[in-house]
Amino acid sequence: MKNRLFNTLTLTLVSLVLFAILVVLQYFKIISEYTGLLLTLAGIYVIVSLSLNLITGFTGQLSLGHAGFMCVGAYTTAISIIKFGMPIPIALILGGLMTGLFGLAIGVPTLRLRGDYLAITTLGFGEIIRVIIVNLDSLTGGAAGLKGIPTFSNTGDFILDAIIRFSWVYVVMILVIAVVHNLINSSQGRAIISIREDDIASTSMGVNVAYYKVYAFTLSAFIAGVGGGLYAIFFGYLNPAMFGWLNSVNFVVIVVLGGMGSITGTIIAAVVFTYLQEWLRVFEDFRLVIFGVALILLMIFWPKGLMGNKEFSITGFFRKLFSGQLSLGLIKSKWQQLRLKKARKNDGRAD
Amino acid sequence: MEFIQQMINGISLGSIYALLALGYTMVYGIVKLLNFAHGDILMLGAYAGFFILTFMGVTPASMLVAFIFSMSICAILGIVIERTCYKPLRTSPRIAALITAIGVSTLIENGARVIPVMGPNPKQFPTFESINYNLFGINISMVQIVVLGVSIALMILLNYIVNGTKMGKSMRATSYDMDAAFLMGINVNKVISFTFAIGAALGAAGGILYATAYPQVQPYMGLMPGLKAFVAAVLGGIGSIPGAMAGGFILGVAETLTKGFISSKLADGVAFGILILILVVKPSGLFGKNTNEKV
Repeated sequence: MKNRLFNTLTLTLVSLVLFAILVVLQYFKIISEYTGLLLTLAGIYVIVSLSLNLITGFTGQLSLGHAGFMCVGAYTTAISIIKFGMPIPIALILGGLMTGLFGLAIGVPTLRLRGDYLAITTLGFGEIIRVIIVNLDSLTGGAAGLKGIPTFSNTGDFILDAIIRFSWVYVVMILVIAVVHNLINSSQGRAIISIREDDIASTSMGVNVAYYKVYAFTLSAFIAGVGGGLYAIFFGYLNPAMFGWLNSVNFVVIVVLGGMGSITGTIIAAVVFTYLQEWLRVFEDFRLVIFGVALILLMIFWPKGLMGNKEFSITGFFRKLFSGQLSLGLIKSKWQQLRLKKARKNDGRAD
Repeated sequence: MEFIQQMINGISLGSIYALLALGYTMVYGIVKLLNFAHGDILMLGAYAGFFILTFMGVTPASMLVAFIFSMSICAILGIVIERTCYKPLRTSPRIAALITAIGVSTLIENGARVIPVMGPNPKQFPTFESINYNLFGINISMVQIVVLGVSIALMILLNYIVNGTKMGKSMRATSYDMDAAFLMGINVNKVISFTFAIGAALGAAGGILYATAYPQVQPYMGLMPGLKAFVAAVLGGIGSIPGAMAGGFILGVAETLTKGFISSKLADGVAFGILILILVVKPSGLFGKNTNEKV
């Protein structure tokens, strides 16, 4: 109990401090407005990538339809704001719920499928979504797109607007990280991970594989839908072409790069990816060539990605810091080891 | 009449899907890999044909040269891709190989965009004059006859290779049980390379036919036919050669019928709708065997 309190407090504090730093940096224009925009976009990428990691990394089911889920969430959120004048939080939740419903609808029939079949089915689902949206043009604006989605705030102050936009994304991102992290470390999470390791073995251990697969799928869709909703408000414009198959591949790249089954890895990879995507624009068409090569090389030589399935533990770091393990004692022992090594080397030379 | 007309259009389109689906199904049957880059082989094959045909003009002889050239180029490419990208991952989890295949696909598509002679812009594919034959009020174009003729000839050839040659026997053995085949002295690596080569050659032929039917080449042209051919392979039961052929034809007909009688905007969705339906009702496909996982 004490541990849990400590963990929650530390994590809340760390995220608050990080938030404060980033807001201050933006407010005093220490980082440019463009960087702030990228940070906000990175937040959305973190949300969607985490939802994909829940399915691909933790449950072991490759989904190539996450752009499709985002698409459902984005359109639902946008339409409920424009047509029904709903406030943003409710619209976001509606977007998530709608996408969750779609996730359920696609999750139940594809339960029996695994690996390749599931991948192609989710891909097909993403394409169907796009076809549906193009055909529902009275509601969605069809292929021409949906214009005039109001932004998060309209104070007139440019920096304030940017900060409010960033705060929205950041807060949702922290919530999503908390949900995914707590889920993975709960008994449900262990059941989900056991499916990835071996679904036959986990069935024989009494895990309801079907239930947990659908559970993970629906939750993943919900989160991706919320991410999509934020994306819609962030850009203020939607177009079915924004949610093509290649966007789903981008999220797969992020999850693989960060390490399948690592939350911190995904977060780092999503932020790095967002920046890389912008920096590599210099290379124009070569950008996607580089992505392709990177994906192949990653899989052959570095299949574990950045973090593998390990986590960088913030609470662990602080606990070590407070208990003195990381402070003087550790540094001292490292220093002694170094000196010993040096001494041995010198001795060798003297002989 | 209209219905029969659409059926003929559909069978012509379906034969291209069937050619592509054969590549998917054979590769899947042997290495259990969903070769995402297969649709892009179609694109490369179409480009190879495009270069030959613009260079030599369109005559029956140059058509033949184009087919042979593009099929052999793509067969070699298929082997190269298999050896460099898929072979190192043969023992790793399937998801890793699948992601690599996506990488290969991204690489080929965007590689084609940056290669100066190919470029990102669509190019007109040179085809022969369209002559329409009228048979009892049904129009059959020369293109459709060529497409259907070439694909049926290739399918007969493939059937001979798989069922009538020693290599075909090795292929069947490898797809049945790779380890046992290896123990029986079959050179499994050679068989896998050969399978990729044949699949890619069929894909290349499909590419030229596709470009003849829809006279245009561009780097992303393989994406949709590739996905639909995969759907065709699943529909017929993946791993089954007659299944892939049947699946291709069914899909082609379904698509043109939708285009003709319901809405052309829905045509792309139909393929995936069929996929989801078939996976719900009978995941092993029309001709597939039902396999239960053993521990």
